[in-house]
Amino acid sequence: MKQGLRDCMRQQERIDFMCRLFAITSHERVSPMMAIRALDVMKEGHDGSGVGLFLSDLGGEFQLFRRNPILSGIFSNEGVNALDRIMMDLDFMVKYKLSIKPVKNPPAGTPKRDNYLIRVYEYPPEWESLNENEIHDRLLMIRLRLREIGEKDGSMLVFSFWPDVIMIKEVGDPMAIAEYLGLDRPELNARIIMAQGRQNTNYAIDIYACHPFFIQGIATMTNGENTAFLPIREFLMSRGLTGYVGYQSDSEVFTHILHYATNRLGLGLNLYKHIITPLTDEELVRHPDGAWLRLLKQSCRPLIIDGPNCVMGCLPDKTLFMIQDSKKLRPGVVGGDTGMFVFCSEMCGLDATIPHRNRNLDFQPMKYDTVYVPWDRQEVKKWSQWEELPPLH
Amino acid sequence: MEPMGRITPSALSTKDLPWQILWSKEKCTLCGRCTAVCPVRAIELGVHRKRTLQVPLGLTEKPGNLYSVYHGIRQRTEPAFACIGCGMCDLVCPNHAIMPIHNDEQDKLRFHNNQDGVPRRRGGRRNDPGSLLDRIKFVRISMLTDPALDAGRHEFELRTLLGRILPPEEIIRVTREEGWIPPVREIYPLIIGGMSFGALSPTMWEGLQMGVAYLNEELGMPVRFCTGEGGCPPRLLRSRFLKYVILQIASGYFGWDEIIHALPEMVEDPCAIEIKYGQGAKPGDGGLLMWYKVNRLIAAIRGVPQGVNLPSPPTHQTKYSIEEAVAKMIQSMAMAWGFRVPVYPKISATSTSLAVLNNLTRNPYAAGLVMDGEDGGTGAAYNVSMNHMGHPIASSLRDAYLNLVKIGKQNELPLFAGGGIGKNGNLAANAAALIMLGASGVHSSKYIMQAAAGCVGSEADRCNICNIGLCPKGITSQDARLYRRLDPEKVAERLVDVFLFFNTELKKIVAPLGRSTSLPIGMSDAIGIDDYNAARRLGIKYVI
Repeated sequence: MKQGLRDCMRQQERIDFMCRLFAITSHERVSPMMAIRALDVMKEGHDGSGVGLFLSDLGGEFQLFRRNPILSGIFSNEGVNALDRIMMDLDFMVKYKLSIKPVKNPPAGTPKRDNYLIRVYEYPPEWESLNENEIHDRLLMIRLRLREIGEKDGSMLVFSFWPDVIMIKEVGDPMAIAEYLGLDRPELNARIIMAQGRQNTNYAIDIYACHPFFIQGIATMTNGENTAFLPIREFLMSRGLTGYVGYQSDSEVFTHILHYATNRLGLGLNLYKHIITPLTDEELVRHPDGAWLRLLKQSCRPLIIDGPNCVMGCLPDKTLFMIQDSKKLRPGVVGGDTGMFVFCSEMCGLDATIPHRNRNLDFQPMKYDTVYVPWDRQEVKKWSQWEELPPLH
Repeated sequence: MEPMGRITPSALSTKDLPWQILWSKEKCTLCGRCTAVCPVRAIELGVHRKRTLQVPLGLTEKPGNLYSVYHGIRQRTEPAFACIGCGMCDLVCPNHAIMPIHNDEQDKLRFHNNQDGVPRRRGGRRNDPGSLLDRIKFVRISMLTDPALDAGRHEFELRTLLGRILPPEEIIRVTREEGWIPPVREIYPLIIGGMSFGALSPTMWEGLQMGVAYLNEELGMPVRFCTGEGGCPPRLLRSRFLKYVILQIASGYFGWDEIIHALPEMVEDPCAIEIKYGQGAKPGDGGLLMWYKVNRLIAAIRGVPQGVNLPSPPTHQTKYSIEEAVAKMIQSMAMAWGFRVPVYPKISATSTSLAVLNNLTRNPYAAGLVMDGEDGGTGAAYNVSMNHMGHPIASSLRDAYLNLVKIGKQNELPLFAGGGIGKNGNLAANAAALIMLGASGVHSSKYIMQAAAGCVGSEADRCNICNIGLCPKGITSQDARLYRRLDPEKVAERLVDVFLFFNTELKKIVAPLGRSTSLPIGMSDAIGIDDYNAARRLGIKYVI
């Protein structure tokens, strides 16, 4: 009877649990284990159904190849063979690799995989004449092609193919996975780390549903459920642009909206905030740029997120940011000192990582706020939606 | 038995009629109000002869007869005078001595209301209580992962957009270049559908206008009202309230001489221009204002002689192809107001809707599309048009929306749906279902007439005489003796009630779905239906 009650309560707790988010930007490169430990501190907030890591501004050998694309994913042995053939046909040469081939049995709930692959490639010689946009588009196409091939037989799971970016994702308990994969190796130290201990709240558990999501240098992860997911997905998929696919998680659209706003529309983070959580019609009347923002709101109406969501992300220029939706129902805090700042969904995760900081400077963004730390890591910058915008160029 | 004489084929008994009058001799005070109020003179004074047998007990006296006369009412059975079931007799009777009741079997009148070879014409509705929209449920309820919102205390943005909305790339480019940005109106998603001045009585129109003005100016609800085809009173055209009005132009162009002449004196632009190519109640057929209703005022506003039938042609006669009919007319109307007013067409929902839609997507001046389903109501139409012509709104709208999604213009060209919304009283639920199927808003007229003015029409062929100017409530009559029954102040009050209740119910639907910052247009993952084929057809969940 007591056992039954306990099971029942545990069941209820599982429903109540949400994902936990942790992001750090540090002048001194840090180990991904710092993020994993923070997730562990926040463990009561996620059900250990998976973990996703985004590492950038990498150290070690990766520093030598900052401009070369790094392929991250999970490959079966057949998948590696297929990959070799494909990449050879494309004239990509492997410059450096850090592949993890687990020998031990995986922890409970984690499938046995052949290879966790991290490979740095040399661009094909004929790409030298290409401009940056063309290179970026081609890298995206290759990632999507590999993903598509892998989806047929499960031989390849591809998370990113981009310079100075490593992504690791797996199903199971974050700490157990980190120990299993040996994520404490110094080669993986990075200045920017984003991590999410996940619970996929509404959709089937699928490794592609693991946050963070990535497209062309942009990564985001999200807390909470996206109630307006379907119309947003329909809008993104109907833009006629490459890369807006997947959507195993309703949160992937936040990454793609950011990509659409910055890469396609040429707008900044401030207008990303105005697109996903626009001011109300009444508020726009009082805003100095209300007329223009109203047009943007109307035009991007299907991209309005209805929350409740806390979005954390990293831009290609290594800016780390956090945005709350207009309901502000999800927690999120930023704290730290010059040189190291942590974005975290729970205060305990921040406390565990930077216990001796000036807590008076901790900041919990509310519905109008965007907070970000640029690559120089000098301070947490805050921007309110009520601020006047720079002129449109 | 007395001889009955000859029986004509259309000689009907009261039992053959759709409605029978129940009358209580005991309660009746013979005041005569019922016979006076009956709009179709279905009842008249009856002088009844009564024979009473008097049979005394015993054998001494012989049985005798006592003949007497009593007065009451008699129901007429000629097809032209058949009771329409409006129930006005009951409404005015001080003792509730009389009421119509519906025949318990199918009537025989339907075979005879085509005397002289003229098919039945009527106003009203399709007389089919079935509603697919009523069967759509909102199944994606936010629970603990994204808490449901408090419909009473949370802030909601329930406005929608009417107008061509440029895609993000375009709006940025045009803003930079300071180019022309198509006009877009932020309006309430429930629009009072086209009902003309002429179809409606002056008191009804006045009441609706007052209610709309109150909703806008006192309650901040940007409610809009479409004029239908019949022009607009000159004073309204020149008033600041014009901004709450959608002016409709249709194939008869009634009233447009007056509108065009008022252009230089307009102090506000109208909300929009609706070009009617078709309507759900009588698709492929033009509007029809029967001569009964064309009095001096209506004739003046419409620019026609008094007392003549005003049938609008089924299509715009000056045009000969879709490019002409849609593109040029939209452009001309847009130009008339200096490209400051959204111009959009209204069509009957049809299996060919997509052809119109595709044409609109290529027309930069097209501001949207209104699709009117088969359940749309009307002031006058042929019975056969109302009952058998047209396309259900849900699938037609869904096809149109998904077509826009396919080409990426789902936000660019807003779709509005009409026809049968709230036909069984579920106004907000039906509206929300259509919004989640892809509508940017809905048009409703019948519900407004019923709730704001007390129209007695039902889906059981009750009343339905809007076409002949005898509306017993004075809603669709041009006879001052009738329309004086309707107090415009009370219509305005009830209209406000309707919008306030609708607003609360709409919040009660979107709040549990976790939606508040934008109207959930196309949120089809939130709805389901208990019919597998319907679910497949609409691309929504099948739930049992």
